Amino acid sequence: MTTTDERPAMETRDTDLRWETACPLERLQPERGVAALFGDEQVAIFRTHGGELYALGNVDPRSGAAVLSRGIVGDRGGEPTVASPVYKESFSLVDGRCLDAPGVSVPVHPVRLHDGLVQIGLR
Amino acid sequence: MTDTRHLVVVGNGMVGHRLVSALRDRDERGEWRITVLGEETRQAYDRVALSSYVDGRSEEELRLAELVDPLVDLRLGDPAVTIDRERRTVRTASGAALTYDALVLATGSVPFVPPVPGKDLPNCFVYRTLDDLDAIKEAAAAAVARPGPGRRSAVVVGGGLLGLEAARAMRLLGLSPQVVEIAPRLMPAQVDEGGGALLRELVTGQDIAVRTGVAVWGIREERDRLVATLSDEVELDADLVVFSAGIRAQDALARSCDLRVGERGGVLVDAACRTHDENIWAIGECAALEGRTYGLVAPGYAMAEVVADRLLGGQATMTPEELDMSTKLKLLGVEVASFGDAHAATEGALEVVVNDPVAGTYSKIVVSDDAQTLLGGVLVGDASKYSTLRPLVGAKLPADPVAMIAPGGVELGADVLPDSAQICSCNAVTKGTLKNAIHAEGCRTVPDLKACTKAGTTCGSCVPLLKKMLVDEGVEVSKAICEHFTYSRAELFEIVASTGIRTFTELVQKHGTGRGCDLCKPAVASVLASLGNGHIHEGEQATLQDTNDHFLANMQRNGTYSVVPRIPGGEVTPEGLIVIGEVARDFGLYTKITGGQRIDLFGARVEQLPAIWKRLVDAGFESGHAYGKSLRTVKSCVGSSWCRYGVQDSVGMAVLLELRYRGLRSPHKLKSGVSGCARECAEARSKDFGVIATEKGWNLYVGGNGGATPKHAQLIVQDVDQETLIRTIDRFLMFYIRTADRLQRTAPWLEGLEGGLDHLREVIVDDSLGICADLDEAMTRHVETYEDEWRGVLEDPKKLERYVSFVNDPATPDPTISFVTERGQQVPAPRPGDPEPVLIGVPAFGRQEVQR
Repeated sequence: MTTTDERPAMETRDTDLRWETACPLERLQPERGVAALFGDEQVAIFRTHGGELYALGNVDPRSGAAVLSRGIVGDRGGEPTVASPVYKESFSLVDGRCLDAPGVSVPVHPVRLHDGLVQIGLR
Repeated sequence: MTDTRHLVVVGNGMVGHRLVSALRDRDERGEWRITVLGEETRQAYDRVALSSYVDGRSEEELRLAELVDPLVDLRLGDPAVTIDRERRTVRTASGAALTYDALVLATGSVPFVPPVPGKDLPNCFVYRTLDDLDAIKEAAAAAVARPGPGRRSAVVVGGGLLGLEAARAMRLLGLSPQVVEIAPRLMPAQVDEGGGALLRELVTGQDIAVRTGVAVWGIREERDRLVATLSDEVELDADLVVFSAGIRAQDALARSCDLRVGERGGVLVDAACRTHDENIWAIGECAALEGRTYGLVAPGYAMAEVVADRLLGGQATMTPEELDMSTKLKLLGVEVASFGDAHAATEGALEVVVNDPVAGTYSKIVVSDDAQTLLGGVLVGDASKYSTLRPLVGAKLPADPVAMIAPGGVELGADVLPDSAQICSCNAVTKGTLKNAIHAEGCRTVPDLKACTKAGTTCGSCVPLLKKMLVDEGVEVSKAICEHFTYSRAELFEIVASTGIRTFTELVQKHGTGRGCDLCKPAVASVLASLGNGHIHEGEQATLQDTNDHFLANMQRNGTYSVVPRIPGGEVTPEGLIVIGEVARDFGLYTKITGGQRIDLFGARVEQLPAIWKRLVDAGFESGHAYGKSLRTVKSCVGSSWCRYGVQDSVGMAVLLELRYRGLRSPHKLKSGVSGCARECAEARSKDFGVIATEKGWNLYVGGNGGATPKHAQLIVQDVDQETLIRTIDRFLMFYIRTADRLQRTAPWLEGLEGGLDHLREVIVDDSLGICADLDEAMTRHVETYEDEWRGVLEDPKKLERYVSFVNDPATPDPTISFVTERGQQVPAPRPGDPEPVLIGVPAFGRQEVQR
């Protein structure tokens, strides 16, 4: 997670990360995700109403369809979430766990804002 | 099988039918074979609902479950004519002689026709059977068709329950009814003087003329019409006369074989429904139990159950509760209820009356002389308290009697009733049974309780009490949409409509908590769209849209989309078909004809959607909203343009309706159909709103659907012109949109609407809530501001920007999508974990070819 006011993000300490640019910040409408492709890795990137950025794996684990970026962004008990557009399970944007099916989760990617660009940390 | 005994049932009405089905249910060893002798040539039907035949219900819909059983010999149109009790033999009209071990008379009743001169003239009718109604319909149609000034009229003799039903039927058939009742008030058996006075006022307000305290003296023909002379020497012109002045037990057969009959008619029976001849029983309206006959179906059913038990060696008897004559009904939109000792016949009984002529309600309860016990009551205008008061008859009063019926007084719930109290008197379901269904069977909703216990499935008057019971027992489900709003969808609609709030952010900040979720956001999106808020992808609205609305296409299981162009009424030109075919071919789309008479194109990737739409839009197509909770299609049959039977242009009407309501966002999807004649090829009655052409105009049915719980739509207006039809649909849709729950289709919405179809008709036809101008204006606004959503995207670069596979690599297709070929078209490739296809008897040949 990071914020759009360019505070240094915690994840940058991980020196093994390779940062790739997804898009300019203004391309991200609050609460409406986009998908990005890095090699064969698909990432769903979200910007919340409060301005935080999050990135999850784009593949919905139940259907196998790469569509999480097209889900509705909201919150559950204050925790930011995206609901899969296929069968509507909610996933935490913070840690990628499925809030409706114990034991199921999607990968979480570090994300930062760099010179107005949204960048994803890949290993 | 030599010891099988023979039961002959004389009469194939509701009660005879109940006896046979009850006996067949319980007679597991096949002790009895049964012969049923029916006078009518029709299968047994629901005579209680007879009047709905005039509303358009068919004989088939009224028919009771058919008794197909090797042990049942049903002989229709062959009535019994004589009974030889010594030889235990029945002779039928066709000459058959049947020997019986037991004989049950279920001959019902005959209409009472006062012996006045002219009663047998043509166009004089009784109101008892489907044949009677067929004859009345025909005569009414002939009268209405006859040229000449003035409205055609009917004199209805009798102002009881049946008379008022007949009057309503006359009105539906286009005649002006005039009711003549010999007693000083309407429904004299059920209501008292005060209630009768109000009832008269309410009925007269509906174009039904009422004359009480007068008799019909004679009827004569004059210039092709009838003239009825009354005892006050008034003469009434009429095209039809309908006698509905009560019934008399049909006991002629019993009399002819010297069975004992009651002083006022009816075959005398004991508490086991047996006559003094031990082999002969009588049940239903022809039986006189302790000298009294009963003209309601519930006591008749109870008698049938008693006899079925006795024939199998049981010891059942009729109980006083089973002879309960309580009734609640809604006639001409007026609620009337009467229960227990309604006329305060008990010695020393006290009457407590609350009469509110302004509100149009009259309530009376009858209590014991010490004011401790409830004995009975009468309710007119508002009978909502019936469901709590009736079960309390015979019980100690739980509150001050005036407070129990006064407006704003004590609200009685099921909590004041003992477990033994019958909540549903039609199906004899007690409070204890319902509590058990809630706690042991896990019933959580009124439909659960209906399915589990049958309570509330007949007259429905106890449904409010079922709701209260669920609350009392602590299981009523909250109407709140989700954790972010404590409101129902209907309440949110009102908030948005009245405050002018037009963004989710403002709404959730002022009236909710958090940032919403996949439940409340699409609901709010739908409300905003219904209120007309521009393109659904405009600004913040875009973030609220559900899966399919998100890209204006239907997401399939592999993340691709299907595209459905609108084909109004299912009418498409060859050129149009060619364009659709070319688009499908060029983009490699799987094509399938839908149930709604259009074409679905599957397998489009998100970045292909604009190019596909552009080709379709350029050829004159537009979005078919297959993705939206909105109008889908208006299906039609080919109608009078081509069909030899069509009476109206159903395709033209379907096109008109589809173009009028296209894009209308609603709580759930909306489907419609238009049939060009009564053959109903468009299956309009399985739709949310269905239109069926008649010789005179259009019939409109509402609240139907297919799917998991199919429901037939119900007739709301009949034989209306195009303008009235459209106005009525406009209001129906807008009222539904304003008041339904999230994802609630019209059928459950209508079922849950207090007052049901009658209430809906009052609101949208009679404007009882004074909201029709609002509803009309809202629909006008929708029609005037409609725009094609696909074109809206194609013309806006900002919106088009969204239609890419990847934000950093817009032209690369999603690498997880792959297809295989099946029957010559592409379908999603199976994924690991997909269920294996089930082979149906034949081995799979051929090979699946994987494409990327």
